[in-house]
Amino acid sequence: MSGIDTLRLTAEEAKRLLDAKEISGAELFAAYAGRDDDLNAYLLRCDDPGGEGIPIAIKDVIGTKGIRTTAGSKILESYVPVYDATVIANAKRHGLRILGKTNTDEFAMGSSTENSAFGPSRNPWDPSRVPGGSGGGSAAAVSGGLAPWALGSDTGGSIKQPAALCGHVGLRPTYGTVSRYGVVAFASSLDQVGPVAKNVRDCAWLYSIISGRDENDSTTVDVPPVELPTAEDLKGVRIGVPKEMNHVAGVEPGVTEQVDRAIALAESLGAEIGECSLPLSVDYGMPCYYLVAPAEASSNLARYDGVRYGLRVDGADFREMAMRTRDAGFGDEPKRRIMIGTYALSSGYYDAYYATAQKVRTVIKREHDAVFEKFDLIVSPTSPSVAFEFGAKTADPVAMYLSDVFTIPSCLAGLPGLNVPVGLSEGLPVGLQLIGPQFSENALFRVGHALERAIGFDVVPERLR
Amino acid sequence: MTRITRDEVLHVARLARLELSDDEVAKFQEQLSDILEAVSKVSELDLSDVPPTAHPLAIENAWAADVPRPCLPLDDVFANAPDRDDDHFRTPPA
Repeated sequence: MSGIDTLRLTAEEAKRLLDAKEISGAELFAAYAGRDDDLNAYLLRCDDPGGEGIPIAIKDVIGTKGIRTTAGSKILESYVPVYDATVIANAKRHGLRILGKTNTDEFAMGSSTENSAFGPSRNPWDPSRVPGGSGGGSAAAVSGGLAPWALGSDTGGSIKQPAALCGHVGLRPTYGTVSRYGVVAFASSLDQVGPVAKNVRDCAWLYSIISGRDENDSTTVDVPPVELPTAEDLKGVRIGVPKEMNHVAGVEPGVTEQVDRAIALAESLGAEIGECSLPLSVDYGMPCYYLVAPAEASSNLARYDGVRYGLRVDGADFREMAMRTRDAGFGDEPKRRIMIGTYALSSGYYDAYYATAQKVRTVIKREHDAVFEKFDLIVSPTSPSVAFEFGAKTADPVAMYLSDVFTIPSCLAGLPGLNVPVGLSEGLPVGLQLIGPQFSENALFRVGHALERAIGFDVVPERLR
Repeated sequence: MTRITRDEVLHVARLARLELSDDEVAKFQEQLSDILEAVSKVSELDLSDVPPTAHPLAIENAWAADVPRPCLPLDDVFANAPDRDDDHFRTPPA
């Protein structure tokens, strides 16, 4: 072997080694592909397509031409896309080579990968615990040395929360900066594809590769040039600490301790720290999200009717075929969300639920806008807890939904969010969430990078060092 | 309290084209009631002067050039179809 340390190697360093011809593209790919996947990070692993580009893992909700794409669902178990998602086309144009398709909660609905039809992924720090979700497969791959970086997708926290639980960097980009064309749709006004990486510079680099206006996705916009962060100080940066998201009941003390340490460190690097308030966003974010997202999901998932692609279970007539197909193909969580969404959109309930939730969304957006008049960005724990054990929340959907209580409000407002690992609690990673105004990715990268350098968090899980 | 009835579960399942087993109906009646109770919190706010947000960006319209482009070849379109009949998708009778 070439001595490539897949647990530690960043994409930037891999590029340097490739450019200097210290390693070959084939050696680099083989270093990841040859590593045993005892985390169930991948649903499918690919052969080396050749070339000298950097390998990458792809969440299995992102369509890949000629490579099976299941979205973690039985209903798409044999689906092979006939075209690439725009983000895949962009990645290939930069020479990136697909290592495999990573596990996800079914249709990206979940916070632990326990909703995957193909079994959960495991947390590289402690395999008896969840890696977070829905992008737990990409998270486990990046932290477990099975990929240098990965693509995820985030609707209410599916990039940030797994990054927090597995101890690496993940960006949910500003809505509209990354194309959704060719991505399995969950909730279209919320879904965003984003980078998962071992450090902030890799994260920024991958974001620059995948982002940009796409004529195949009319919700995309022109994106400001991405700056790879270099600064190690935070002079002139105003950081707000929302009191409803810090030092509140329900957050584990060890999480609060590490987040507070990171905030104090930011201050010592020159940032101005001040308290701020998002009184309605936190309380009403979760209820708002669990109306908007299921409503959109119930519409998006209507396409799985056994006609054009995916599973079909026969029936005497069309309706029976469609109903049997959907009963057999969807797992519990998609069914639950389709049911909630259909209920919230149905005659007599539309105004009370869906229309009201959309107004609450405006309230949440305005509340964030007001905070960003005084602060460049805000910080909080990404997840109220460290990685939890399998089965801890599966019996109670509402408890599982609360895993995303801090990641959801900014998603509803279309804001970018970055997770940066800041320390350990009980031997498990704690993530800091940085939220900025729309199109503030460069500011998030700057602050994330400076904190990352100052903290010196080791992204390699302790048991694998 | 927003507990929903068994009939409502069956009605919504039919709207959603889901054939649920008896066990699923019982489970969902319980779980959907819990979830609806949690999300009903949105009705606490006074929202009379608040416009809805359907989309987080301030984009009005996105125009594409009105120029024909090639679409997928038919064999690609049908590549994942459960049942193809020449250039049609075949289904059971409606």
